[in-house]
Amino acid sequence: MAEFEFGENKQSWQQKLAQMSFVYIFLIVLLAVIGTVTLYSAANGDWNPWAIKHLSRFITAFGVMMILAFVDAKYYYRGAYLFYFLSLLLLIAVELGGHIGMGAQRWINLGVFKIQPSELMKIGIVLFLARYFNVTTTQGIKSVRGIIIPIIFTILPVGLIAAEPDLGTALMVLCTAAVMLFAVGVQWWKFALAFAAVGAALPVAWNCLHEYQQNRVLTFLDPERDPLGTGYHIIQSKIAFGSGGVFGKGFLHGTQTHLNFLPEKHTDFIFTMFSEEFGLLGSLSLLVINILVLSLGYAFAFRTRNYFARLTMLGLNTNYFLYVFINIAMVMGVLPVVGVPLPLISYGGTVMFSIMVSFGIMLCMSVNYDERSD
Amino acid sequence: MNSLNAEKNHILSRRLIWIMLLNLLAFAVLIGRLWYLQVYEADKYKMMSDENRISTRFLLAPRGTIYDRNGEVIAKNEQNFQALLIAEQTPDIQTTLARFKQIIDLSEDEEQKLLKDIKNKRRFIPVKLKDNLSWDDVSKILLHAPDLPGVEIIEGLSRAYPYADLYAHILGYVGPVSDKDKKDNPLYMVPGFKIGKSGLERTYDYKLQGKSGTVKLEVNAYGRVMKEIERDSGAQGGSLQLTVDSRLQKAAYEALGEQSGAAVVLDVRTGEILAMVSTPSFDPNLFTNGISYKHWNELLNNERTPLIDKAVSGQYSPGSTFKIVVALAALEAGIIDADTRYYCAGGMEIGNIRFHCWNHYGHGSLNVVEALKYSCDIFFYETALRVGVDKIREMALSLGLGNALNVGLDNEKDGLIPSKNWKKSRFGTQWTPGDNANTGIGQGYVLVTPMQLVTMLSRVVNGGYEVTPTFIKSSKSVKPKRLNISRRNIELVKQGMFEVVNGIGGTAKKAKFNLDGVKMGGKTGTTQVRRISMKERRSGIRNDSQLPWKLRNHAWFMGFTPTDNPRYAVAVIVEHGSSGSGVAAPIASKILQEALTLDIK
Repeated sequence: MAEFEFGENKQSWQQKLAQMSFVYIFLIVLLAVIGTVTLYSAANGDWNPWAIKHLSRFITAFGVMMILAFVDAKYYYRGAYLFYFLSLLLLIAVELGGHIGMGAQRWINLGVFKIQPSELMKIGIVLFLARYFNVTTTQGIKSVRGIIIPIIFTILPVGLIAAEPDLGTALMVLCTAAVMLFAVGVQWWKFALAFAAVGAALPVAWNCLHEYQQNRVLTFLDPERDPLGTGYHIIQSKIAFGSGGVFGKGFLHGTQTHLNFLPEKHTDFIFTMFSEEFGLLGSLSLLVINILVLSLGYAFAFRTRNYFARLTMLGLNTNYFLYVFINIAMVMGVLPVVGVPLPLISYGGTVMFSIMVSFGIMLCMSVNYDERSD
Repeated sequence: MNSLNAEKNHILSRRLIWIMLLNLLAFAVLIGRLWYLQVYEADKYKMMSDENRISTRFLLAPRGTIYDRNGEVIAKNEQNFQALLIAEQTPDIQTTLARFKQIIDLSEDEEQKLLKDIKNKRRFIPVKLKDNLSWDDVSKILLHAPDLPGVEIIEGLSRAYPYADLYAHILGYVGPVSDKDKKDNPLYMVPGFKIGKSGLERTYDYKLQGKSGTVKLEVNAYGRVMKEIERDSGAQGGSLQLTVDSRLQKAAYEALGEQSGAAVVLDVRTGEILAMVSTPSFDPNLFTNGISYKHWNELLNNERTPLIDKAVSGQYSPGSTFKIVVALAALEAGIIDADTRYYCAGGMEIGNIRFHCWNHYGHGSLNVVEALKYSCDIFFYETALRVGVDKIREMALSLGLGNALNVGLDNEKDGLIPSKNWKKSRFGTQWTPGDNANTGIGQGYVLVTPMQLVTMLSRVVNGGYEVTPTFIKSSKSVKPKRLNISRRNIELVKQGMFEVVNGIGGTAKKAKFNLDGVKMGGKTGTTQVRRISMKERRSGIRNDSQLPWKLRNHAWFMGFTPTDNPRYAVAVIVEHGSSGSGVAAPIASKILQEALTLDIK
């Protein structure tokens, strides 16, 4: 069977620009600005050490996003497998490096900057699956044979990431892949079967977890179990939410954060800090902005006709959804604290760049194939 | 190709809707959770947030001052200096400590405790380096301040007793809260908080403490103070004015000198305690910051018991001073009158036992005034046998003996006025005529404290008014109740006491004085500690003063002045002083003369 190929997009860059969703770009900038302002407060009203760096990273990453938005989509299609296997290779390198070094190994130092292969894999798995399913038939998808390869190439990186150990990212990659499998039409009952299998394997998996990971889960189930240790974070976080009330304590006036009761206020717990200072009104607003970003993402996927593009956008959107949902759920005590940051708000370069790359691809897909490509 | 993609796209679109619904559901959960935390449970978390950030600390109120009756300060708060060390401000604790030790003495114990404190506390919390620094030490530390980074001087208040030993038994002392004091009061947990541990400091502790203030501070997660939120300064402790006159107190203390004993002076008209001393005494200043083991042992092992307030806790047989009570009981009962005479031949048989008068040659025939003057034992044996213990007890109790007077001091004793029932339940034997006789001369079972004895004397010489000793000057003057004792009988015993001192051959004649016609009356007493044994008699010991100190008799004297319109009464006991007339009476005489020359208001 002849490989499906993208045709050349004949539009000029001005035409592409005109088709881009400015609302989408505006919301992304708005989130980054909110992040900068919150980081300014996190440093007790200082641009240093976080806010200024966050902003400058965003500006750079914004450039990267725009460049990626104007790249012709066929290159993403052609490069999908290459990108995936490169990411997998780096993951293996990190794993081997981790055995040589001590403790958790997540980084590869390229001299100029460090990269985290697990972040690359979040995009890699989406591109891999999108390209794979682009050429399969519905019959193939509904058979076990047709999905065995995607499953293997999902389990492989997930296992490597979990072994780093980085449970949060591993789960995110797994969930993204699962959602994509669901989207292409894998039957409901196969998911039910998988859930049952996971349920049965849970006791075994439990014993494979590191003790600190076990503690996180146990503490999640009962924060009072260890009020001074791991449970302290979640208790203090809930106090910060609750004491913020409807209207919040005001910008720069969050006592939980400024008096250091709240840990990791500039990274994982930044939503807590924002909610303490701006109250329910603030936290709901931030949620609504994210819902809008996600809705636009789904709208792009709907209106596009190209299957690869749709599937890619769905995967990337799901990835973003998982970031937002897991982060907010964990700081409110709905999920265990698994160390997932809030994109564009939390301080941290890797996530900033990986999510902006993802937005860049989204934008690209949204303009290139608004019509049937074949 | 087209149809394949169309089918796949169709499936994808359907599943996309499912996925979006799932996302919406997830966001609904988050919004519900936000509402639960920020609206439904907001009040609870607001409280927890305040508990986190607000730390309430106590501001100790300055303890109330205690004045004597003339407004002299006898207990006050003195500024005291403490050196503190803040670990985070010292680059090297060992070096700083070594330099500090070159200037100020630091014991091994203090150093160990300091290093432990530094280890256990956060590095920005000051730990105590040295307490009670003199101004001299402080200036030395300040001079070397550049070499002592992290060393800080703070001022505090510590209790001081300017009269030291003089008021030890009245005021008591304050000290750190000990485990057995620890009740629910959170103040007791505050380091440096002192409470009254004995004496009036303890009795009036609540009033003297005042009301502690609080300061609400905002602290961060590590306990570092960020700012002050609110301050309630509290109220200084209430002051206390005593009835004691420091000049007379000093005179009484000096009059007792090296003796082990006690003296109490009352204003007979009001019961105000003008002086109360117990010797030897101690310096209560030693206790305020925790007494050293060495000092404590010295005080505890001294055979003259400086820690015991002999004026209210010392119980002694009253000896012949009790004859006043017996005489009044008999006169009031009509058993004797001014003219009743008994013959003293130096001894008499009661039951099968021979009772002696202290004068073996006998006093001949005497009436009650003469019997008091010479302190004749036979007269009072005869009287007591006739009046009986019940009447004597009734009189003793009404004059203030037999029960604690509640002057507000620790371990105030009841003394003992025996009765027939008491003996029966205590020893299981019947009351005998011999017991009557012994009670008649204040020996046997009778026990009194000096405070009770001076109260008894005051109630007699003030004309029978039931005054009660007190340390606190009360604003309103309540006229004391009159006891049911006839003035004629009171005058009779007063005449007897006048003769004791001023009459020719009176037992305390050597102690008499005449200050512009103002004279003293009184009564001597001797408390037998142990009989001189036959063996000792044979070895030549005839006199009590030849015995070892511990075995000698206690010497009593109670006196009052002026004799015509009494104002001051004193009771003096000298433990193992042998002779009431020779040792106790001159001390009492000195104290009363001082009281007369002082212009006590």
